Amino acid sequence: MKEDKINGRSSYLRDVGKRFFAHKLALFGLIMLILEIGIVLFLPAILHLDPYSMDIMAFGAAPSPKHLLGCDDTGRDLFARIVYGGRVSLTVGLCSAVISVLVGVPLGLLAGYFRGPIETVIMRCADIFMSFPSMILILVLASVFGQSLFTVTMVIGVLGWPEFARLIYSSVLSVREKDYVESARAIGAKDKEIIVRYILPNSFSPVIIAFTFRTAQAIITESALSFLGMGVQPPTASWGNILYYAQSISILANRPWAWLPTGIVLVITVLSINFLGDGIRDALDTKMVI
Amino acid sequence: MGKYITRRLMIGIVTFFGITVLVYFLSSLAPGTPLEMLFMDPNASKESVQQVQARLGLDQPVYMQYLHWLGQMLQGNMGKSYRTGHLVWADISERIGPTLLLTMSSLVFSLIITVPLGIMSAYKPYSVWDYVSSGISFIGAAIPNFFAGLVLIYLFSVRIRLFPSSGMYDASGSRSIGMMLYHMFLPMLVLSLQQMGGLIRQMRGSMLEVLQDDYVRTARAKGCLEPRVLIHHAMRNAFAPVLTRIGSMIPFLVGGAVVTEQIFAWPGLGSLMVLAINSRDYPVIMGVTVFIALAVLIGNTIVDLLYGLLDPRIRYN
Repeated sequence: MKEDKINGRSSYLRDVGKRFFAHKLALFGLIMLILEIGIVLFLPAILHLDPYSMDIMAFGAAPSPKHLLGCDDTGRDLFARIVYGGRVSLTVGLCSAVISVLVGVPLGLLAGYFRGPIETVIMRCADIFMSFPSMILILVLASVFGQSLFTVTMVIGVLGWPEFARLIYSSVLSVREKDYVESARAIGAKDKEIIVRYILPNSFSPVIIAFTFRTAQAIITESALSFLGMGVQPPTASWGNILYYAQSISILANRPWAWLPTGIVLVITVLSINFLGDGIRDALDTKMVI
Repeated sequence: MGKYITRRLMIGIVTFFGITVLVYFLSSLAPGTPLEMLFMDPNASKESVQQVQARLGLDQPVYMQYLHWLGQMLQGNMGKSYRTGHLVWADISERIGPTLLLTMSSLVFSLIITVPLGIMSAYKPYSVWDYVSSGISFIGAAIPNFFAGLVLIYLFSVRIRLFPSSGMYDASGSRSIGMMLYHMFLPMLVLSLQQMGGLIRQMRGSMLEVLQDDYVRTARAKGCLEPRVLIHHAMRNAFAPVLTRIGSMIPFLVGGAVVTEQIFAWPGLGSLMVLAINSRDYPVIMGVTVFIALAVLIGNTIVDLLYGLLDPRIRYN
């Protein structure tokens, strides 16, 4: 106990780890995600999965040993498409969440640190973006810029900025008044140094938590967009555009294997990420008693 | 109170115009002009294209186009749809009702479910209620509304034929309210599911906090019955943050309606927006944008007013 208090840093990390591993659901989420990433990375090579080639004997086929989850209308193997779709959906989710952080954090920092007119402009813009349904802006932008994987990722990512800007803004506002920032300023540290060395590290844990939830949200947004036919376009597979075909009532009613597994995988993925986010939140909460 | 409302309203109005500027400029970034969609005929002469362009004002810089559009809009003229040739206002007005009905009833429905659940799970943590609530909130956050829609259609329209899968009325021509509510049930359920998670968590969280407060102990000490303590003393105070939450949920409610309306062929603003975006029908895109922005503005003002009613401190500051 005493030793723990002496090497503060290592005991902080140990506590974080302890709190995280005490969270059963978070552990479940982590394991599921590792499993899933392993599957989408390595399974195609192991099983020689091919999501593009069309089996002309198997248009709309039911599950069989040859095609585990059957085939879509053009004879493409649905199991392979789910696995490849997982690559796309996870990548879009992660990359767009990274973009949201890269856009939102600097803007929030500027607004919170420099105050004045910059603050007004940036935070008012954030208000405007947040009071309009981002789904509609995303639809407009995706139709304007064309529906490639790149634009879908960019659009979802860039439009996610206000959440991060607000988060970092409010924590900067409280951190900048702290004594250690004042003392840094007193010994002549420059703005850039204060931001990078003092303010950013002290306001980063809410960003990490929001990042996890954002990734889950982005995966849902991408799939909704592709479901509406305005996201990732076939032949590239994504979970959303596999589900697109279930809009036809005959596929929905007669071939549940063509859409149900994809949806379930999607839900499990999002659920796992949210569990993970909950675990990280608890783990970083220093006030929580283990 | 008056000052507070005026201030909020000013912010809201700035936001309203901000949104129209945002959407107008974003849609003007499109590489192809909407004229390409109008003139599928490759033989159209350059002159006639230019003529139409001038008539629609598309030969001017974007900010001029925006100011022109704004001037017209404020006079109640939102132009004609490129796609159908109808007045934008006519296309929109017949779709406001269905969307409003769907979103409002799903909001009310999710409150009816989540408020009691949130209260119970805060009152008895780790009880059955608590587990049911956290189950609902995890599932609600993880299941995309379009997939929830597909599953519900599969279960309740295909497997057991209990509810219709699309539209507002059936082919029989009868337009009774009962028929409409019957058609609205599944889409409403889908739209509610996405709201419930956040609401339950908020209700539970603020209720937990309030139950620790001194006035709750005072109420108990003077012999108040538990239900009265919970509802009269605790819930009234715990509800204020939930209201704020509802205010910030309005955009998501509308965004969710876009997808939900599309799945259930619900003839509302959302499905009109998808049609308009697909055909780059800018007057309609802008028209729907104006109405959504207006709805957000009005919704937030109502929330602010209710907040003032609930928390007298706001009225005097």
